[in-house]
This record gives sequence, C-alpha cells and structure tokens, in this order.
Amino acid sequence: MFRHPVTHSKERILYVKKLSTDIDSILEKYPGEPQYLISLLQDVQAQYSYISEENINFICDHVGVPVTKAWSVVTFYRSFSLNPRGEHQVRVCCGTACHLKGADRIAEDLERHLCVEREHTTKDMRFTLETINCPGACAVAPVVMVDDEYLGSTNQADVRQYLKKL
Amino acid sequence: MKEINTKKLINFSINGTAAQAKEGWTVLDTARNMGIYIPTLCHHEAVEPIGACRLCVVEARQGNWSKVVVSCMYPPFEGVEIFTDSERVKNVRRWVLEMLLAQCPASREIKALAAEYGLKSTRFKIKNPEEQCILCGLCVRVCAEVVGVQAISLGSRGVLKHVSTPYMVPNKACIACGSCVSVCPTGAMQTRLDKVRGDISQRTGHGFAH
Amino acid sequence: MEKITNIEQLDLLKNSLRKARESGRQVVRVCLGPGCRAQGADKVAAAFRNAVRQQGLPVKVEPLIKETGCHGFCKEGPLVTLEPSGLFYSRVKPDDVEEIVEKTIKNNEVISRLLYSENGTVYKSAQEIPFYKMQKKIASRNVGDIDPLSIEDAIANGAYQAVAKAFASMTPEQVIKDVEVSGLRGRGGAGFPTGRKWRSAADAVKKHPGPVYVVCNGDEGDPGAFMDCVVMEGDPHSVIEGMIIAAYALGARQGFIYVREEYPFAIKNLTIAMEQARSAGLLGANIMGTGFEFDIRINRGAGAYVCGESTALFQSIEGKPGEPRAKYIRSVERGLWDRPTVLNNVETLANIPVIIENGGEWFSKIGPPNSTGTKAFSLVGKVKNVGLVEVPMGVPLSTIVEDIGGGIPGKKSFKAVQTGGPSGGCIPYKLKDVSVDFDSLTKIGSIMGSGGMIVMDDRDCVVDVARYFLRFLEEESCGKCLPCRLGLEAMLEFLDNFAQGKGSLEDIEELKSLAKAVQDGALCALGGSAPNPMLTTLEYFRDEYEAHIIEKRCPAGVCKDLITFHIDSEACTGCGLCASNCPQACITGEDKKPHEISQNACTRCGTCMDLCKFSAITVS
Repeated sequence: MFRHPVTHSKERILYVKKLSTDIDSILEKYPGEPQYLISLLQDVQAQYSYISEENINFICDHVGVPVTKAWSVVTFYRSFSLNPRGEHQVRVCCGTACHLKGADRIAEDLERHLCVEREHTTKDMRFTLETINCPGACAVAPVVMVDDEYLGSTNQADVRQYLKKL
Repeated sequence: MKEINTKKLINFSINGTAAQAKEGWTVLDTARNMGIYIPTLCHHEAVEPIGACRLCVVEARQGNWSKVVVSCMYPPFEGVEIFTDSERVKNVRRWVLEMLLAQCPASREIKALAAEYGLKSTRFKIKNPEEQCILCGLCVRVCAEVVGVQAISLGSRGVLKHVSTPYMVPNKACIACGSCVSVCPTGAMQTRLDKVRGDISQRTGHGFAH
Repeated sequence: MEKITNIEQLDLLKNSLRKARESGRQVVRVCLGPGCRAQGADKVAAAFRNAVRQQGLPVKVEPLIKETGCHGFCKEGPLVTLEPSGLFYSRVKPDDVEEIVEKTIKNNEVISRLLYSENGTVYKSAQEIPFYKMQKKIASRNVGDIDPLSIEDAIANGAYQAVAKAFASMTPEQVIKDVEVSGLRGRGGAGFPTGRKWRSAADAVKKHPGPVYVVCNGDEGDPGAFMDCVVMEGDPHSVIEGMIIAAYALGARQGFIYVREEYPFAIKNLTIAMEQARSAGLLGANIMGTGFEFDIRINRGAGAYVCGESTALFQSIEGKPGEPRAKYIRSVERGLWDRPTVLNNVETLANIPVIIENGGEWFSKIGPPNSTGTKAFSLVGKVKNVGLVEVPMGVPLSTIVEDIGGGIPGKKSFKAVQTGGPSGGCIPYKLKDVSVDFDSLTKIGSIMGSGGMIVMDDRDCVVDVARYFLRFLEEESCGKCLPCRLGLEAMLEFLDNFAQGKGSLEDIEELKSLAKAVQDGALCALGGSAPNPMLTTLEYFRDEYEAHIIEKRCPAGVCKDLITFHIDSEACTGCGLCASNCPQACITGEDKKPHEISQNACTRCGTCMDLCKFSAITVS
C-alpha cells in the first residue's frame, strides 16, 4: 500500500524516479489532446491514490493545457485528491434510502470513532472516511463500503467491529 | 468582435418601446444601444459573456409564454417583448443582492447596487466581513481570453469556489499586467494581486514575459 | 467469434445460438445486480462454479452458470433462478449451494426452504410472484436473463437485430420517423421527445455539415436511483445497439458513453461488450459489412452530479470542469465541441432497438398517449419489496408502492413518495392514485425524473428530507451562477432554522419568494429545480413545518434539536449494548435492569436507538 514518501532522503529520490517511469506508461495510453486530461487524472488517482504536483505537470505537458486549467479540474471533481488517501477507504453511502435509514448517524459515529472529519484521512494513514451518493445497493440500506466490501443493513457497532478486524 | 450581418434586423420591444437588434446582438447589447439601464456585474465587453451573476436578468414574453432570461446572452427574436424591471425580474435581483451583501460585505459597489433595490442589510450569515469577491470569474476570463496567460483559475466548486493559482502559490506565468484588477467589478482583485504575481522584485525571467 | 460481414450472417448466428440453447442443458442464473452483490452474490456464484467443478458432473448434467444483471427483487437477494425448471430461489447463501447442486440440479428436487413466500403462499417461479407479475419489461428486457459478458448470449436474445433491420430496410429518415411515431420521451428526467431531438440534430447537421456526435448519459446521479446502472451492467449491448441506431439516423461516426465512476461494473461490462462488438464486426469500421462506421468511447465521470446536465457533461468530456452554459442555443445544434450532438439517457437508448424492431406504432400503444412505453423505477426506502421495477406508464402510484412494492413494512403508515430525486417532489399519501406519467406528475408539482422512487413512512420528517436534498445540491452545485451558489445556501439557512424550531411563519413566505428567485434566476436545471422538494413538502405538509416553527416539535421525531431519547423500561432488558456504545457515556443502569439516559449530556446522536435490539429507545 502506498505511504506518503519520506522526504529529504535517498528513498525520496528513488521514489520520484519510480514515479516518473510509471507515469510514462499511463501517459502513453492517451493521445496528447486536452480532452484526455480527466481520463489521465483518473488513472493517476487510481494508481497513486492522489495527484501530486509533479504528476499534474507531467499530464499538463502531455495534453497541452496550462496547470491552472488542470488545477480547476482537479479541485472541481470530487474523485480527485491532492493528498494521499489512507490504506482503507471507508465510504458511507448517504443516498436518499440510506439517509432515511440513518446513514448520517453512522457517518457521525465514524467521525468520532476514527477522530477524523469526513473526506479526510486519519493521521496514521490507516483510513480515509468519505461519504458517497449511492452505489445502488438501496435494498440493504444503510450501506457502508470498506474498500470493495459492502456492509449492508449495518449499524454503528457493526462498522466499528469490522474496522477493528482489518 | 461579433460578426454582424447588417442586412438583417430583428424587431422586438423593450419595456414597451420598439427595439431593433442587429443579428448577433443580445438583449443587453440592444438595451445599452438604446440607453436602457440593466445592472450587470460579470459582464465586460472585452470577454465572452457567461451569464453567471444573473443580475442582468430580464423577462421575455410572447403571448402566454414568459421566461426570465439573462440579457447578456439572450438573442432576441422577432416580436418578443422584453421587460427589464418586472416583478419577477426585481425579485431575482433583490434576492441575489441580499445574498451578495452577506457573501461580500466589504464591497462598496455591491452596497450601492443593493441600495438601489432598497436593501440596506442582509438576514444571511456573514462568513467573512472582509470579503469583496463575488466569484464572477471576470479576472480569470480576461487573463485567458485577452492577456492569453492563464495565470489564475477558479478552484473548487459550489460554496467552496475561489479564485486561485495552483497550490495557492504565486504563479510565475503572471505578467503583472493588472488586467484582472481593472475588470474586477468589486475591487476584490486589488487585494489578491500580490498572491497571484508574488514579489515582482524577486522575479527572474522564467515564465515571465516582458 | 467470427466477424460478421453481412446482415444474413447475424441471423444465421442467432439461429444457431438459439438451437444450442435448446439442448436441454440446465442453466443457473445468479443475480449479480448491485443489490445482490452487496448481499454476497459473488460468493454464491463462485460457490456454484466450485461445486460444479468438484462434483465432476457428466457433461449432460453440468449446468451453465450465468452471472447475470439485476433480477429486480433486491430485497430477497441473493437471487438464483434455474432452468428449465423455472425455480426461483431467494436469499441464497454460499452454504446453500452444495445442497442446490445435490438436490435440485442432480435430482430435480425442490428445496422449499429457499422458495419465496408471501402471506402464506409459497412461490416456485418468479412469474407467479406479485412483485414480478405486474411488471412489463422493455428497457430491461434482457437484464437478469443474459450473461452481460457474453455477446453470444445477447445475440441469441436478439441483440443487434434492430441495427440489421435499420441497415437492411430503413433510411435514416425512416428511423427518425419511427422514433417520432413511438412517442418515446427522454428517460433522464426532462422527458423531451427523443424523435424531435434526433430530427433537430439531423436538421442542424444538414445546415452545418461536419461531425455530429451521439452521447449516452450514464451519469445517473440521483441518490437512490440505479436503473441506468442496472441496464448498463446487465445488458450493455442494448445501449450500444441504441447508439448505433442513433448514429445511423444522424450520420454520426463517434459516440461517447459518460458513466458515473461509482459504477465500476457498468464501466467494465460496457468496455468488454464494446470490445466483443468490435471483434464481431458490430461496432467500429464497416459494421456488418455495410460500410457504415461508428465507434464509441467511454468517459468516466469524476464525481460531479452537475455533469448529468447536458452542457456540463459536454464540458467534462472535453476535459474541463463541468460547468453548464446557457442553452439559448440548444445542444442539438451546438453541443460537444460546438457541433450538433444528441444526448440520450441510458434507458432511452435501451428502448430504441425494441422500437425499431417492432415499429413505433407498436410502442406508442403502450401507456397513455403523451407518455408512451414503460419506465423503470428503483423502488427504495420504507417499502417492503425494495428493488428495480419496470411498469407501463400511466399505472397508479399505489400499484407500484402497494401492490408491487408490498406497502410499508412494520406497523408504520405510508406517508409520501419522493420521485425525481433532488429535482423532484414529494407526493403525499392522499395523491397515491396519481397516474405515473410525465404530465400527471408535473401537474402535482413533482417530476418523473430519472426514476428514483423513495417511499417514506410516518417516521420520516419532510423538513429533514427537504434539507437533505438541498444540502446534497449545495455540495454538488458548480457555483457558476449566483442564484444557485448563494441561493441554495440561503434556503438551507432558512430550513436549518426551522429544524431547530426557530423562524416564523413569515419566513415561510420569504422562503417561497427566494425559491421563486432561484427558479427564475438559476442558469441550469440543477439550480432551477432545486427548490422543488422543499416547495412540494411545503404545499402538502405545511402543518409539519408549522409544528417545527410554532410548537418547536418534530412530529416524526427526526430533527435533533427538537427531540429527546428515552428508554422504555418495559422493553429494556438491560443488555448494556447502548451504554457501552454511547459516545457521551450518558446511559447508565445495572446489568440486566432497565437503563436510563441522562438528558443533560445526551447529544441525540441516535446511536442507542440504532443499536437497540429490543426497540426500547423511544423518541419524543
């Protein structure tokens, strides 16, 4: 799992080198046209769990848009993150069906339990707490997704229990 | 500038007065041509209109049909009746201005405009008493469309929207021309300029177009 | 698979695939729709594959395990159907699989424990169950039946026949005409007639020759709606086929499908389906040897609800922030890259092949004259049979909620139905017999919307629901125009006050005036329709707003500042679960004896109520 790199060290340099080689393989997938900006950012987000300043620059050079444009795109869309995400993604569905069945109370409980606000990552980089708008599993509302696992018809205690076991 | 086919004129009316628009003109262009006042904030001749501030709204009517439209972008059509100060129009402007009084309480321009609509105070929460920016994006547009530098952009979205440079650090691309300051309808850019261009005396060539 | 190089070849292929199906081989369909997946259906499917492999069944008996799209009856998931027996097993666990293989597959025995029963009646097959009986499936005709990852399965079910028919016997003009005759209206929300949209775009291309684009809107963002997800996942070929037909009608060579990124399976299945279609000669250059060329690219959404709005979606495809623009020049004339563009919703496109195959005339006879065809709804919230339903337009709302949905669970009562998501409205119980079609719903202040149908009972507070949708939209507003960016925040300020028992009756009138300003002033439909949930609840449930404002009371017991939690000493068993989970540690009591909440410290977080297994926590 990705961890925030240690700065001022040899590892940092090696790490940057590794990134630059990997980024090339992502860039190669798309022609250098502005319309591929979002697709490239998505691939980088998926690969590194966040979008670094360096990678924005690589992408901008590739598709030919100024960094200011990319900046407004990265900050506009919710799925992009400027900081590394945690090891586990805890996503509380706050769709209408889940809302009616108390999703908000679960989200609040998780904020207290993990000591982190929603859309943020815990200090130890273990968990990123997010709210999402409906992955379509309304039948088992309220739903919490932990990484790729669905916890359906769940409650505060069950989610905490699940996180404890990770 | 706009391409104008002078042969074709569109006949319609503004506040009951006969109006003629050349092809490609908007309602606002025609009204200004006739000396009819419509308030605007995000409009500037130098850049393309985007219809963001919605202060220039007017009501378009034809028969039973009526719609509130933004005059800075609306192309009039033959026979349409435009009303620049109908109740619906004033309702939009009044609410927008009252909300703006809370959003950018430090702006003299907004206060003056609000006073025209009888508004002296706002009932909504004031988040930042120093704020002047209405986020119309004129500065961003002029930098991109006229200056051609794109040193600033609008970051984030919705209530978090803000004028910024990438990573909130001064942008070396900025040529410190001051166009953004000159088009800003509320004077907000004046206080932000240093955050965009940084310390000019420290600038050394790179990305700095003289 | 061999490349299809002429139209007859598709027919031959279909017939031979059909014949192979008739071999009498057993088929096990495991539903892998979003609802069943969340209940562990993938593990059930894996267990079936394992069991079949381990048992080493002779070829004649070895069943075909199909992982299909959503069967609709999500509440009873994971669902498994068997053929040729037609058996319908519900709530299947991986542990049940061995028994199914042993008893049902090998020996044709029925396991009655796994059959669905309702009010004392046990149902063997899906068709008999009331939930399915009243439905009519057109857009989701193949969903749940075919394996979405197998183009052969889709072709055997008739996929690409409509394209073949259009190529062989119809001019583009005739295709547009047929869609016009069908009366099909856009299923994404606004209900614009699809045929007219195609016609305008075709005219625009004639006027300004050059590229034209077909775009499929799969950015289904309404919370609590997943119809499009189910179609894209369960029958991707119907969407692709609909797009090819649109492309043929307009002379387009490039299409885009914009899919919400929260739907990874839809993206995967569409991608695979497109690859299969390309290698089968059904997509790309020279489709079916006719010389017609059309290809599709998938664009993943990046988490912005506003991109469901046409002009914002185009911006996003072009690689920009999804900010809408004024539509005084319509997008059929100036859309993607300022070229004529047809944007259709997933469900709309899935209807197209059926219309072309059976004729627009046939389609126009389903439902009332102004709202033809069927509509898929995701029926969720406080309803027994949560799931995906497709019904003919014009059925009464009560049929969907009470007959198909089975009514409200528990002893609570049916309060309202919210349709159309954040842009729609709340329909109160007293209007439950309203005909579900575009015009009737608009007349009562709601909208058809994309098809989310959220049922509410008397424990749901309308002020809270109105706040919920406004907060949702406030987060999703692009922030370009002031009436939306500032107006939603301001309306929320009013509602927040109400929820705290503050405000006055004049505020309600002021709020209505502000709502009018937002409707009139906002740039796009997101802002323009944002006040709808609030306005409809104000109209139909004004007494509830007044209870908050005047009596400082939340009748449904939801708004935190106006409620208190108590422990019913008779129901409480003293298990201590609430006490050990209370974040304020304000619940005390001896072991096995009724507990008590100290009101001073209670923050009304509701954890105790959610956790109590004996419903001993009451709200007042």
